[in-house]
Amino acid sequence: MTAGRSLFDKIWQRHAILTRPDGAVLLHVGRHLVHDGSRAAFRQLAERGLTLHSPSRTFATADHYVPTAPTAEVAPHRQEMIAALAAHAATHGIACFAPGDPRQGIVHVVGPEQGITLPGLVMVCGDSHTASHGALGALAFGIGASEVAHVLATQTLWQSRRPGSMRITVEGRLGNGVAPKDVVLAIIARIGAAGGTGRVIEYAGSTFRAMSIEGRLTVCNMSIEAGARAGMVAPDDTTFAYLAGRPFAPQGAAWERAVAYWRTLPSDADAAFDADVTLDAAAIVPMATWGTSPESALPVDGRIPDPDREPDADRRQAMRRALDYMDLRPGTPVDAIPIDRVFIGSCTNARIEDIRAAARVVAGRRVRVPAWVVPGSGLVKRQAEAEGLDRVLTAAGLEWRDPGCSMCVGMNGDVVPPGAHCASTSNRNFVGRQGPGARTHLMSPAMAAAAALTGHITDVRTMLAGGA
Amino acid sequence: MQPFTTVDGKAVALDMPNVDTDQIIPARFLWRPRGDGYGGLLFHDLRHDAGGAPKPGFPLDAPAAEGAAVLVAERNFGCGSSREHAVWALADAGMRVVIAPSFGDIFYSNCFKNGLLPIVLPEARCAELRAALARNPGARLIVDLAEQTVTGPVGVNDGFAIDRFPVDPLRRELLLAGEDEIGFTRRHEAAIAAFEADYAAAMPWL
Repeated sequence: MTAGRSLFDKIWQRHAILTRPDGAVLLHVGRHLVHDGSRAAFRQLAERGLTLHSPSRTFATADHYVPTAPTAEVAPHRQEMIAALAAHAATHGIACFAPGDPRQGIVHVVGPEQGITLPGLVMVCGDSHTASHGALGALAFGIGASEVAHVLATQTLWQSRRPGSMRITVEGRLGNGVAPKDVVLAIIARIGAAGGTGRVIEYAGSTFRAMSIEGRLTVCNMSIEAGARAGMVAPDDTTFAYLAGRPFAPQGAAWERAVAYWRTLPSDADAAFDADVTLDAAAIVPMATWGTSPESALPVDGRIPDPDREPDADRRQAMRRALDYMDLRPGTPVDAIPIDRVFIGSCTNARIEDIRAAARVVAGRRVRVPAWVVPGSGLVKRQAEAEGLDRVLTAAGLEWRDPGCSMCVGMNGDVVPPGAHCASTSNRNFVGRQGPGARTHLMSPAMAAAAALTGHITDVRTMLAGGA
Repeated sequence: MQPFTTVDGKAVALDMPNVDTDQIIPARFLWRPRGDGYGGLLFHDLRHDAGGAPKPGFPLDAPAAEGAAVLVAERNFGCGSSREHAVWALADAGMRVVIAPSFGDIFYSNCFKNGLLPIVLPEARCAELRAALARNPGARLIVDLAEQTVTGPVGVNDGFAIDRFPVDPLRRELLLAGEDEIGFTRRHEAAIAAFEADYAAAMPWL
């Protein structure tokens, strides 16, 4: 008798070109995404005199280095990175969404939006948040520059061993004001920043079944912040409805054939996982991080922990270092943490539902601190403007910008000033991530919007109920 | 790529868990061409203040750490961003080995492409090694990839052991030979072509 196969098993086995006796697998890559930070990989290809193996499986968009204000003067080195992507795409015959193209945007927003991301595929990109695409039932993971070059040259990737597996089951309905971001922060707080290391996570249970694709993208996106190789959700009718009619998704008879195949992908009932974790959706509340690792996420009604109560010496020291960097004291209520800046954007939370959530909170109110909203793509921007969300946001005093990675990554000119506390919908609160000396607090778009109105971390549920 | 067989090098300890690749190399430097060298940028913001002046006290800047080739770190070293520049910075600064209880997966994989050997040892042994190195600055460790052993610290009478470490056979094979992975894969061209013909027939929508 053989155990059932998981979603991951099915995709892994289908894409194994060959398996060595030692267990190493040569994996076929169905679709490959590149961006303006991929220059080194294209150079490696050129240095070897190699051509691109599969141009039709490769897609490019500029995001990391692009300016997000139309008036911004772009530093020459950034302009060079953006131009290099367009030039490499032209040389190799790759579809490329360059600045000015309405389809341009953050690679992990653009992939699903264009239907490049499909269930059952192996997808890779030279970016750690590639796990996002698992939301549509793909096996998607980030790789380094040498591996990008390897995929460009061969459309394959060596995996020296089969990753482990972890199933995270969340059951029940999320409360009002509780977002997918809160779910994934609660998961990371529970299993730790290395809790998924070496593993592929499958998110299962009624909470994810009921979640939109955009919500699933937010959850899968942050799998890497729990250390996981990838995160994925089984494809279902929500997935198929999302993908139908998208430009790079199958059309007509091919669509029917594809859906029939995709319906075979969900994990068998008796599939085995190396680890199982279960959370109750009803127990999840709005979350925010206080420290310099995403695992420092706390419920908004919590208090900053005291290192003196931490038994492990190395952890105690790390907590003290984080408190010092963040200029915070143990015992402080999370909702008393001051906020000087707000950033709503990034591959985690820059889709239309995120912008709607932020707009709903600030509508008819006025922000107290500088706050930016950076849509994830030109098409998200256009959609938001068609819905009048940009006017709601700007009327409340938020700044409405152009698509790109922006303030998440601190390499395109958009940075948080040194020492400032930033309520951010991005994915990393690492030291200096949003700029040297920047102090990042991760939270959902609605929570970031609430913080913009009050100037401190605020339980958005009080605002949705019509409170202050 | 430079083959890796054995390294007998000065070791230095870094007592910080979750050292992300943003700490190893800040994002604002990533546009620089590979050929410019990244060694001087390793742990830049941990070693310099906001004005760019050197900040005292970082373990790699201790006189005894001069020329270190082995870094003994804490759990989840190299987590976060996929930037291979983090490995370039370590390698360009002379590091050949990083030992830790666990690594970020992408960082771990990137190391092998650049002749840097990441070694997983148990958490307690890593802590013991770091403590021994703190007591004996400049002590050496000997790493043998073929034998999969870490020996030391040598030259001091403190915490000595021979530890075996795991490494996936394919990675070990390529690193011992210093073999270029793209060249290695291209030897499997026939298998790739056969797979692709079948795959294209099964999934014509791609």
